[in-house]
Amino acid sequence: MTNSEKNRLKDKAFQVFGVFCTFIGLVILAVFLFDIAIEGFSRIDWDFLTSLPSRRASRAGILTAWAGTLWILVLTAIIAFPLGVGAGIYLEEYSRKNRWTNFLEINIANLAGVPSIIYGLLGLEVFVRQMRLGGSLLAGALTLSLLILPIIIVTTREAIKAVPRSVRDGSFALGASKWQTVWNQVLPASFGGILTGIILSLSRAVGEAAPLIVIGALAYVPFTPATPLDEFTVLPIQIFNWTSRPQEAFLTNAAGAIIVLLAITFLLNGIAVYLRNRQQKKIKW
Amino acid sequence: MNKKTTKLEAKELNAYYGDFHALKSINIAMEEKNVTAFIGPSGCGKSTFLRTFNRMNDYIDGFRTEGDILLDGRDIYAKDVRVDELRKEVGMVFQKPNPFPKSIFENVVYGLKIQGIKNKSVLEEAAEKSLRRSALWEEVKDKLNQSALALSGGQQQRLCIARALAISPSVLLMDEPASALDPLSTAKIEELIYELKSEYTIVIVTHNMQQAGRVSDHTAFFYMGELVEFSKTKTMFTSPQDNRTQNYITGRFG
Repeated sequence: MTNSEKNRLKDKAFQVFGVFCTFIGLVILAVFLFDIAIEGFSRIDWDFLTSLPSRRASRAGILTAWAGTLWILVLTAIIAFPLGVGAGIYLEEYSRKNRWTNFLEINIANLAGVPSIIYGLLGLEVFVRQMRLGGSLLAGALTLSLLILPIIIVTTREAIKAVPRSVRDGSFALGASKWQTVWNQVLPASFGGILTGIILSLSRAVGEAAPLIVIGALAYVPFTPATPLDEFTVLPIQIFNWTSRPQEAFLTNAAGAIIVLLAITFLLNGIAVYLRNRQQKKIKW
Repeated sequence: MNKKTTKLEAKELNAYYGDFHALKSINIAMEEKNVTAFIGPSGCGKSTFLRTFNRMNDYIDGFRTEGDILLDGRDIYAKDVRVDELRKEVGMVFQKPNPFPKSIFENVVYGLKIQGIKNKSVLEEAAEKSLRRSALWEEVKDKLNQSALALSGGQQQRLCIARALAISPSVLLMDEPASALDPLSTAKIEELIYELKSEYTIVIVTHNMQQAGRVSDHTAFFYMGELVEFSKTKTMFTSPQDNRTQNYITGRFG
């Protein structure tokens, strides 16, 4: 075998390996989705979506769970958006590069890697006990906000960093202040990226069960929450609860709830991808 | 010919990036309504010097100056000087055209809008005037609402000039304004500089010796952070006083 033949063979071999790597994750996900779909799709109907939880699997629904998830989604977005974007803008545009900001940056990066249950414990102490919010939606949303803040800060900074220096220079040279430059140039140009980061982090928050269980979210809530101070449950907790029951019928319920939860996260991710593509088409530096 | 007044002046100016001594004891006086070219090899400090006139270096961590920069006799690094006011007086055009990702119209009136001017007819009038003066009006008058990023490089650069003119500065700083453009667009920019000097004091950084010769009245040669020579452009190109200047303009280095 000549050298060039050997090289071609290696090339081919790596290609096959690459295809294998690419598809193994997808195949496992597909098998999982297929399994869930077979089990759960028949369970999803209007009653399932609009019924309260029940001891009897055939009468139990996920109304309180998905209502709680929507509440959590909206509240977390309202809390985390201004905090995360504000911090990102400060770190990228205003702060001087020194040891202190370096320290902040490393810690924010570290926070993104802290296990979610730790945030749950923090939320339990600070929001549930100290601030006396109890196991309420607000306590849950605040806890999840802490969880996703580092992600929002980091993606905001990345999006802002992608706006070329020259645009800022152009704005400054015309007499704009820092805030005018951020507001009129940097934010509009990076908003798609920022929004993408927020939506992706929200879709992560929606799937969290552990920190909410820790702060005392209930599995059985016989009413839909009406104010942020009400107690609540969310889809992941409902799923967790049902899968730990011995009866077969509850597993079917869990599969149905998983499909609804996946639909919500896929929808969020889809919106994020759409926004990103639109942004890329709109602006070419 | 009556004697011209000094518009821009540097007195014993030293500038540092952290420990790096970028500009060394520079003294220069530039006349009003005159074109001064800064030439010199890369890293000689000419762009740094240019950017001290509108304090664009302020945002660079570790940058500091000693000495004075005077605009109409006033120290622009004095404590009571507001940078935004200074930049209304001293406009700047950059090396690479940097239009905002907005419409042509929005680009031209940006400087006015951030001053709080909202009156539509005032903005429209200013836009037309600035675009005419930068010789771009005829090409864009029917598509003012289209994205500025769709223009050619040369048009974008003239748009950036129009944008700078819209806030009526008296000084125009140009940092290699034609280096990213094709010869035809370059010629248009040079023509424009020639026309603008009746109203504006222009300082232009260039790597192109012929360009310095064509557009400027005075030329300053910088080398390693020092101002080596400053004289009438004709004088510098025919009988340079310093060896380093001679070597540079004859192409022996740089």
